[in-house]
Amino acid sequence: MSMTRRHFLLLTAVAAAAWDSIIAGTPEAASTYNMTDHWYGMLMNIEKCIGCGSCVRACQLENKVPDGYFRTWVERYHIEDWTVENPTVDSPDGGKNGFVELKETGGKNFFVPKLCNHCADSPCTQVCPVGATFHTPDGVVLVDGKYCLGCRYCIQACPYGCRFLNPATNTAEKCSLCYHRITKGLTTACCENCPTGARQLVDFKNPNDPIHEFLKTHSVQVLKPYMATKAKVYYYGLDGSVR
Amino acid sequence: MHVPVEGFMYPNEIELQWSVLIVLYPFITGLVAGAFILASLERVFNVQAVKPTYRLALLTALAFLIVAPMPLQLHLGRPERSFEMYLTPHRTSAMAMFGFVYLWYLLGVLVVEIWLEYRRDIVELAQSSAGPKKWLYRALTLGSYNVSERALKIDDKVGWIITVIGIPSAFLLHGYVGFIFGSIKANPWWSTPLMPVVFLFSAMVSGISVVMLLYMLTCRLRKRPINMPCVDTIAMYLFYTFLIDFTLEMVDLIHRIYEADESFRSLDFMVHSKLYFSQIMLQIGFGTIVPLVLLAITQLVNLPEAIRKFAYSIAGVLTLIGIFAMRWNVVIGGQLFSKSFLGYTTYKMGFVTKEGLLPAIVLSILPFVILWVLVKVLPPWYEEARLAQAAHGD
Repeated sequence: MSMTRRHFLLLTAVAAAAWDSIIAGTPEAASTYNMTDHWYGMLMNIEKCIGCGSCVRACQLENKVPDGYFRTWVERYHIEDWTVENPTVDSPDGGKNGFVELKETGGKNFFVPKLCNHCADSPCTQVCPVGATFHTPDGVVLVDGKYCLGCRYCIQACPYGCRFLNPATNTAEKCSLCYHRITKGLTTACCENCPTGARQLVDFKNPNDPIHEFLKTHSVQVLKPYMATKAKVYYYGLDGSVR
Repeated sequence: MHVPVEGFMYPNEIELQWSVLIVLYPFITGLVAGAFILASLERVFNVQAVKPTYRLALLTALAFLIVAPMPLQLHLGRPERSFEMYLTPHRTSAMAMFGFVYLWYLLGVLVVEIWLEYRRDIVELAQSSAGPKKWLYRALTLGSYNVSERALKIDDKVGWIITVIGIPSAFLLHGYVGFIFGSIKANPWWSTPLMPVVFLFSAMVSGISVVMLLYMLTCRLRKRPINMPCVDTIAMYLFYTFLIDFTLEMVDLIHRIYEADESFRSLDFMVHSKLYFSQIMLQIGFGTIVPLVLLAITQLVNLPEAIRKFAYSIAGVLTLIGIFAMRWNVVIGGQLFSKSFLGYTTYKMGFVTKEGLLPAIVLSILPFVILWVLVKVLPPWYEEARLAQAAHGD
């Protein structure tokens, strides 16, 4: 069939309209994701964390986190001897660029990666005056940036220092557990970029998730258990000095 | 902006979230609640001695109440969304109740009580003034010109009922502010069930002080003698309320020292360093002990009138400074230490910034400007006016 000028002009108009979709990549398939089938958390293996900061960098790139603020960060603890109540802690720029090696003075050093604990009884969602921060049925605490007032009550209420006010949007922000990724079957940016597998996204409702076996055979802890927030980030090898 | 940090703070904690404007908010609502409670002394508890300050106390409460939400509005990251608190309040949030408590107190209690109290004057002024003033007062009558004895009796009865409802409402307004802080379990400096009670009593102390000072000031400006039995009675109430407030704060302090939980070392360090001036010197020393001693002397020793006036003025001003320092120490102090209890940050206050010192100064002056306008429109000196009327044989 020969192309007439009329057909050509018609096709050009259609192609122009479709261009946005073409450059955005293949359209997504209809989602079969069912939120109630999942219950997410994370497992941190302190013994595997080397403090390289890959997770922090990956998170900042993936989620466009502004400089000086952190959805995840890494702390380095140094404990001299039995003085566990007086650890020396640092986290230069959230551990984003790793850590300068300490002079050998004895004692022990270890790294503690941190992020929002996606607590099941989260004080931050409790205090939000408009419900802009909320629980998803799959166990993730999210912030609706289009609804947040920027009152910062949630930042005050978080016992773990996980939230901040994004200076660009003037709304509260925190780790979303890469919700845009995990609902597509991917893992979080931090877990994907951890070179030692110290961080693992876990789905407690998935019977095949290795977390079930791990929990049966290892001692784990959450941060500040006395806060009774039902935190869902579990730490293996967590020292008692960690706050 | 570089913020000096000592020790270790979680990286997101270095910047303070609640500024001097949030210090101003509980200070202002405290003045509202306190002024109203002083007014209710005359109305409900029939303390006739404080009658000369009744109307002034109501207008003071209204002037400060109008300003109360302004620091909050300025503080919000997205102020254009603040109305969402009314449309979609989150039921589990104490803060979500702010709008409703505020509106109830403003429209359900204070404005109604002031209107009922002034209705007779408004009708008289609507009939006696001319020009735009006449229209203003005619609008304020809301179409009711009935000032018969029976109508005034009903006004009085309804006013009494509203004051009775108003007292728990005033408690709610300020107790709620204390609850906002006291219910944050993440912050040991704030988290105590005593917080709403301490806030309430400190509110009464500051409200009584501000009305006492304003009464003495307005008498001086109007070149009228100060009604000393009235000021003496107010000072007595100030002394006893302050004593309860101070006792509660000391109970809290002693409890913290004795219990010495994991946060204590951190908080203790803070009180001895970053908060030494504002807490030990301003709040406890100059802002509480000195005015308490001054007020105690006036209660115990029969001092001449001029000295009493001077002592009340100094005690009143120092009390207000002390209560402001208390609000500062709660709000700012509660953010200076890390929730890891391993470090401390610094509060850097801007000047001409959205949440800086200049807007705080403007918001502190604004209630007095509003009060000046209110006093012009609704003169509170009714006792004198009625006496003058009686002298003219009306």
